Amino acid sequence: MSMIQGKTGEWEVVIGLEVHAQVIAESKLFSGAATAFGAEPNTQVSLVDAAMPGMLPVLNEKSIEQAVKTGLGLNAKINLNSVFERKNYFYPDLPQGYQISQYLEPIVGEGALTLDLPDGSVKEVGIERLHLEQDAGKSLHDQHPSQTYIDLNRSGVTLMEIVSKPDMRSAEEVGAYLEKLRSVLRYLGTCTGNMEEGSMRCDVNVSVRRPGEDLGTRTETKNVNSIRFAKLAVEHEAKRQVAAIEDGGEVVQETRLFDPNKGTTRAMRGKEEAHDYRYFPDPDLLPVVLDAGWVAELKRGLPELPDAKKTRFIADFGLSAYDAGVLVAERETAAYFESAVAGGGARDAKQAANWVTGALFGALNREGVEIGASPVDADKLGGLLDLIQDGTISGRIAKDVFDAMWESGKDAAAIVEEKGLKQISDSGAIEAMLDQVIADNPGQVEQFKSGNEKVLGWFVGQIMKASQGKANPAMVNQLLRKKLG
Amino acid sequence: MAVDKSTVAHIAKLARIRVPEARREALAGELNSILGWVEQLGELDTKGIAPMTSVVEVRLAKRADAVSDGGCRDKVVANAPESEHGFFAVPKVIE
Repeated sequence: MSMIQGKTGEWEVVIGLEVHAQVIAESKLFSGAATAFGAEPNTQVSLVDAAMPGMLPVLNEKSIEQAVKTGLGLNAKINLNSVFERKNYFYPDLPQGYQISQYLEPIVGEGALTLDLPDGSVKEVGIERLHLEQDAGKSLHDQHPSQTYIDLNRSGVTLMEIVSKPDMRSAEEVGAYLEKLRSVLRYLGTCTGNMEEGSMRCDVNVSVRRPGEDLGTRTETKNVNSIRFAKLAVEHEAKRQVAAIEDGGEVVQETRLFDPNKGTTRAMRGKEEAHDYRYFPDPDLLPVVLDAGWVAELKRGLPELPDAKKTRFIADFGLSAYDAGVLVAERETAAYFESAVAGGGARDAKQAANWVTGALFGALNREGVEIGASPVDADKLGGLLDLIQDGTISGRIAKDVFDAMWESGKDAAAIVEEKGLKQISDSGAIEAMLDQVIADNPGQVEQFKSGNEKVLGWFVGQIMKASQGKANPAMVNQLLRKKLG
Repeated sequence: MAVDKSTVAHIAKLARIRVPEARREALAGELNSILGWVEQLGELDTKGIAPMTSVVEVRLAKRADAVSDGGCRDKVVANAPESEHGFFAVPKVIE
């Protein structure tokens, strides 16, 4: 737990998050219009989404399935009866004048998410609920000096609003929550988690209190569109609230906007009556009734999720909690690692983990390539691991071979053959090199004889240089001691 | 539940309906008599009776997830007072 140091003592920050996750589906929640990102304005709009008079909503069964899957992935209670209600407000990008949402009876109830914190520890954060609702259209304010342009392509797309309990206590935990939630959604295939495209958006609820006291008044900050911004919003808002209270003022319950350019929050104007949404059950829609057998079937069909995979990686491969956490964060990375370890003979899993999180991640980040498109695929990396394991090449040479594989897309064995990179493990050849170096450097030999052990490293360096890195380091060390004996 | 003049003004504002001051008193009376009539339902003893959402036993209709609509921009913006580059164009609204 991290505290905020104010002028008058320590303060505890209490944070809850509301995440809007766009459901992966071909068509919208209540209409058959397409959901693909980036289409020409208003080309993916049905007359239902434009709220033309007399149009009626018809529920997309995939939206229900995705919400239930997500609920199961969050170990949450699935409500077999849920109700769509109308949330009434006026805004230009909401043609109906109401959003169809769920209020008193959401489709998913309480659950939990386990956070993997940077120090390797874990923390459980409660999930309050998950409900389905329609997304609004998009307003573009910067295209015309006096007009706002409205695109309804997003209008009616299915959103899952996932509400956490106020269980987080620092910006770091907020980051870990969003990363873990995104990971679970991607494993389940229910949301792309792409915050840049707005398919995952987040509202941040923050309050502060003296340790042990009751909850303070909270503010809700909207417009937070990346994990980094969520952390900034928490830090700024907590400091602002502490300063307000310590200066003799108070925190006003209000909706605030995050300013990504300044990393600050500011109050929204004219929202005093905005929270009077007058919810009532949508008369165009009957309650959603689920079959318990169908829910059980979905549960049996769930993929292995990150927490279970992490536990298995630690148990089966002997990985550290940290390495296992890094490898399971993305489903594709975990699959890559597993197939790199699985092939060939008995590959060293820890070594494989180091190569994936080291050289491979380094190259992927540098070149901006997704793991699925890596020129060094899992089989090829496995081949490289085999060559290290059987002593064909040294670990040092392996780095060069990896770079050559990345450039050419060739197999490790082919590159080693082509470039003559095989490790020299022939004791005769190594001894000849050693004799030469010893003969050429009597001064260093003298130093060693007078007790300077450090000079051994210098000799090893000379041999590696002479062999262009190909000499087997273990053998060099062994033979060197024998010769200098 | 009783509605007074200020409630009438509040509801009218939320619904974006202009109700002149002179009409509010009368409207409060009308709304109260409608609410009073509906409240007669409260006299019924509904203990132990599950809420009913339809007079016939039907389940909510669902559709398969397929693209079957959209691609009719001209119809969508046909009634817009103003439209530019395929967008609806409205007076600037920004925080």
